[in-house]
Amino acid sequence: MTSAKITAKDADLISCHSCHLLCRPAASQDRRPIRCPRCSATLHQRKPRSIKRTWALLIAALVCYIPANILPATIASSLGDVQTDTIMSGVIYFINTGMWPIALIIFIASILVPLLKLAILSFLLVSVQRRSTWRPKDRARFYRLTEAIGRWSMVDIFVITITVALVRMGAVAFFEAGPGLVFFAAVVVLTMFAAMSFDPRLIWDK
Amino acid sequence: MPKKIMIACHECDLLLWLGPLPPGTLARCTRCGAVLSRRRRRSLERTLALTIAGLTLFSLANLFPFMAMTMEGQYRQIVLLTGIKELYLQGMPEIAALVLLTTVVSPFLQLTGLLYVLLPLKLNRLTPAIWRVFRWVRYLQPWSMLEVFMLGILVAMVKLTKLADVVPGISLYCFLALIYVLAAITASLDPSRVWEKWREV
Repeated sequence: MTSAKITAKDADLISCHSCHLLCRPAASQDRRPIRCPRCSATLHQRKPRSIKRTWALLIAALVCYIPANILPATIASSLGDVQTDTIMSGVIYFINTGMWPIALIIFIASILVPLLKLAILSFLLVSVQRRSTWRPKDRARFYRLTEAIGRWSMVDIFVITITVALVRMGAVAFFEAGPGLVFFAAVVVLTMFAAMSFDPRLIWDK
Repeated sequence: MPKKIMIACHECDLLLWLGPLPPGTLARCTRCGAVLSRRRRRSLERTLALTIAGLTLFSLANLFPFMAMTMEGQYRQIVLLTGIKELYLQGMPEIAALVLLTTVVSPFLQLTGLLYVLLPLKLNRLTPAIWRVFRWVRYLQPWSMLEVFMLGILVAMVKLTKLADVVPGISLYCFLALIYVLAAITASLDPSRVWEKWREV
């Protein structure tokens, strides 16, 4: 299917990131953004300031990751007995009460996935900045993995939403979301934006 | 379209010649392995039908009771939006907004956007701003998290059955069906077919 390894960038072409139409941009003197003739999305050869933006979002996520794990994520009270839990102590609580499948789901979604995303994206950024030629195909696969798994971090937030809605028995029992959950939500959203702002084509650029 | 067209891989920017694909097959980039194009039988019709089914299920899922619970002799029934409202009242507007976006707003806008694009095309008509709408439908894709929400529901149910009787409502079954429909939409939607149809019209 392919002859030589020529990229659109080498050939001075731009592939529209939205409808994938291959465009030959006319040299524009003014600084107005060039738009795709088919779908009118703004055209750019690579995502603008991809590396800087991804680093900024990643560092912000890393900063939020600390309070997300230290501050309480949930506050439960039943008959005057108040119990606060962080994400990790929630996992331990599930193990202790014998609900290990739930503990496993929450552990993977809330602790493993965000860490994995932070690690993979940092690794990809460093490798691109050092112009590494190491296994580009595997690095591209890592990128696709971070895009696919990121959304599953939301599981804990949804569990807490449903519990908050159901457990509301006046003075007998209540269940509240804690400040840790806000930071955790910030980590999820920031890493999703970080993954979106990273341009996988940089892995292949020489 | 029997012609080959030149495209650039959206993940590694390699220039490739893409010929017409037989239905039910997909093309991958020869260098990085990204999926370039997927050919489906009757992609437009199928996606349109699924979109209408999805909107119906979406309204049912939001109107009917979602779950009920009996605890210490008290009975409580909730709809999908109850949790979002409670989070907001507890002073967590950020989380309430995020849950609203990922479970209600994004799926709804995606479905209505697709209907706006596909229905007129099917009737051989053009609507204004069609590409802008189609672009936004695809931007919303990562923010529509119903399948993750479903896992959250299961975990919450298992967790709470230890304390109380939890009864699933009608809405929950609509929800399950909706997740299947949304996955089928993602699988059957073939953007290149939409461009082709647009050119014909």
